[in-house]
Amino acid sequence: MSMINYASREINCKLVYYGPGLGGKTTNLEHVYGKVAPETRGKMVSLATETERTLFFDFLPVDLGTIRGFKTRFHLYTVPGQVYYNASRKLILKGVDGVVFVADSQIERMEANVESMQNLYDNMAQYGYDLTKIPFVVQYNKRDLPNAAPIKDLQGQLNPGWSVEEPAKQKPTPDPWHSGDFLVSQVDGMWIERAPYFESVAVSGEGVFDTLKAVAKMVLKSLS
Amino acid sequence: MTGAGTWSLGESDFQRITAQLQGLLQESNARCALVVDRAGQLLASAGEQLQFDPTAFASLTAADFSANDQLAKMIGEPEFASLFHQGEKESMYLADIGRRVILVVLFDQRTTVGLVRLRVKQTVAELAAVFDEMFGRLASGDGQRGLLEGAEDEIDKLFGE
Repeated sequence: MSMINYASREINCKLVYYGPGLGGKTTNLEHVYGKVAPETRGKMVSLATETERTLFFDFLPVDLGTIRGFKTRFHLYTVPGQVYYNASRKLILKGVDGVVFVADSQIERMEANVESMQNLYDNMAQYGYDLTKIPFVVQYNKRDLPNAAPIKDLQGQLNPGWSVEEPAKQKPTPDPWHSGDFLVSQVDGMWIERAPYFESVAVSGEGVFDTLKAVAKMVLKSLS
Repeated sequence: MTGAGTWSLGESDFQRITAQLQGLLQESNARCALVVDRAGQLLASAGEQLQFDPTAFASLTAADFSANDQLAKMIGEPEFASLFHQGEKESMYLADIGRRVILVVLFDQRTTVGLVRLRVKQTVAELAAVFDEMFGRLASGDGQRGLLEGAEDEIDKLFGE
């Protein structure tokens, strides 16, 4: 739930990085933490196990600039990826303004990705949130690995799209991040919208800021 | 079914909240008090200068409360309306306000948990009224809205497009 604080002149928004275990969610935050100027970020908090697996969440606040004299503060959270941590995973989604699904591109992780995506839809629905109506992007991580599945297959499995009912939105909408691709297009006579996607190698930082900027921009636009 | 929505905290509401916190501190002899929303954002604070990162503190507070809410449900309670964490020197008392926000009071040996609890009860009732009115105004669409209305170009510029 975004909050505009007129007293501190800040716009606060909550972004959640979701996805299967060991997919690179925490690595995304660590890269952001390491790259942004110290004065534009707060302390990074990690509630992790002794083996550095996320137990509850990681948290990192970052300022992404000023709009109309208000600082835009984004609170980045990750969830624990392992299946059995669902109770804590669901808690983190409370009040979320934008979601990044970090998929593990490795072919053998396809099932874990699909299961996590389904779990995300389920947990969001329990709060009454609709992923097709809030800022949502998909990040295909670990693109550098030799066993990475083709983007087309990942898109087909994880981001097949949802039908667009609103007549005003039923028009071809180019994907601003991939020329020649469309976010809204007609498939077999039906209008389908997909979430924007990004390719990344979070350990080296590739694609990390593209993903963050895209979802942050979508969140701010949803307020405008 | 959509998203979590948005709300705003105006200058005058902020001042009313801060005044309540100051009254609480004066009468309970606690060190400082903070108000945090359920999504983990700090709304206001009063009292001694905070010696820690308030943003991280706020997110952990909300997580603490959410986790305890679930524990309450598991043992058949609808919620734990307040939590008390006792330290050797420093302690904290947390109380729910209308299931929307959380009041956190930090105190040391200069006061007692009994006194803090007693005074918090009054502040919770008073702040609940402030927040009820605030959210009532937001629900009716009255108040400050549309800060970012028509700001698309500025948003594009911010992200370098």
